[in-house]
Amino acid sequence: MEASAVYSNLQKLLMRGEFVVTGECGPPKGADRSVVEKKVQYLKGNVDAVNVTDCQTAVARLSSLATCLILKENGIEPNLQMTCRDRNRIAIVSDLFGASALGIRNLLCLTGDHQKFGNFPTAKGVYDLDSISLIMMVKKMRDEGKTLTGEEIEGKPQFFIGAAENPFADPLEFRHIRLKKKIEAGCQFVQTQCIYDIPRFKEWMKRVVDDGLHKKCYILAGVTPLKSVGMAKYMATSVPGMIVPDSYIERLKAAPKDKREEEGIKICVEQIQELREVEGVAGIHLMAIEWEEKVHEIMAQARLLPRPKVE
Amino acid sequence: MIHTSKKPIEELVTALEGIDKVFIVACGGCPVGAETGTESEINGLSQSLKEKGKTVTGKISIDFLCNKILTGTRLSRVQENLKGIQAVVVSACGIGVQATAKLLDVPVIPALNTISLGGLQGLYPASEKCGECGDCVLHLTAGICPIAGCAKHLLNGPCGGSQKGMCEVDPQNRECAWDKIVKRSIELGRLHILERPISAKNWQLPRLDTREY
Repeated sequence: MEASAVYSNLQKLLMRGEFVVTGECGPPKGADRSVVEKKVQYLKGNVDAVNVTDCQTAVARLSSLATCLILKENGIEPNLQMTCRDRNRIAIVSDLFGASALGIRNLLCLTGDHQKFGNFPTAKGVYDLDSISLIMMVKKMRDEGKTLTGEEIEGKPQFFIGAAENPFADPLEFRHIRLKKKIEAGCQFVQTQCIYDIPRFKEWMKRVVDDGLHKKCYILAGVTPLKSVGMAKYMATSVPGMIVPDSYIERLKAAPKDKREEEGIKICVEQIQELREVEGVAGIHLMAIEWEEKVHEIMAQARLLPRPKVE
Repeated sequence: MIHTSKKPIEELVTALEGIDKVFIVACGGCPVGAETGTESEINGLSQSLKEKGKTVTGKISIDFLCNKILTGTRLSRVQENLKGIQAVVVSACGIGVQATAKLLDVPVIPALNTISLGGLQGLYPASEKCGECGDCVLHLTAGICPIAGCAKHLLNGPCGGSQKGMCEVDPQNRECAWDKIVKRSIELGRLHILERPISAKNWQLPRLDTREY
């Protein structure tokens, strides 16, 4: 894959052809940094980089930028998630200058979940940009050293540019085209929504591969272990753009109550193994939501440890 | 009255890329009052398009395009001029453009930008809405307004929350505008338009002159 410059360790590993694994750290709803430090212990050494969510599901949390810095201080390479929901282009540019100045090198450009899902549903959504126009803006600053209006900037922000894609949103025939737009805009890697409907993911991936998009952009398949029947049901019914087949819910239900967590991990490991075999998949994005303590176990069972070293 | 401003001819030429034969539909309502769509303005538009190498098969002025029945009837009387056209250039507010888009099976190209000033919007008894953003994008979005129709006002939708044609914000009641835009673009053979990433939108409304509104 072509790249004019190398910005992050995650990018280095992908360029080397390693099957990468990124983790995820959801910041707390408050100022307690020890919550982040605790998650750090579970993630460190088990994954290659860690996404920090930006007020996920529109709930106001410890800022992604601040949390990324805590991760960095603890020796984890962060992936800063940046949404367009809460900031106009002035605020985004400012935050990105800040992130780059602090040494954050991976950036995930997102539109963001609608504010109605969060803890301030009456808030005014911003959406000055969307994920694609955000990518275009970042690329212009990084590669040309210019803002959207063409002004020169003092110091180009340095980012390996990523985005998310949801193979389970509709219309299916347009989803890979939207990924193509993101790539044209400057996206270098993409992490998908949590995959439970593997046949649908494969259908999407086939279109991606047929269009040669996997050769222009690294595709990381998103997985989230199901902790309980309740969580599976919640994912199926309350998370926008998610498909959870009933078979998983049934499988969890069928397991004895004290073995359900184990069963959830087993399902996750099977998914990772199956996704790994899909043509065009360059890695896994493991989102162990409020279950970071199981990351080591999942990674070990999936035979993805130890993680490769970056020279 | 809905206020509008004229799009520069260069913008129309860009929007008409790959399109030669056009017909002009002009609203004889608000744009006349706003002096963006008077008879001489429409003649000027036709002349400018011809100068830019376009074939204009004819033009029609209809009093209030937002009157769906009237617009449908009047358009049916100019069938001959509509034959073989590749697009209609519509001089109207966003509602008029969308009303025309619903009635004809060709792409619509808005000639005006609609400016929000709290005027009475549309008599058109249907669901089309205009975001009155002042920088009309209906030529890029199959004649369906994403500013009014999408909960996130996306220019590069649909987002990851679009499922079975419905919006994540209210999956029971709210349709996903972008789902409709994609499907309509396919019908019109205009999917290639959606394949191009759209850069940051100009949200700054055009400055109005000193006339009292």
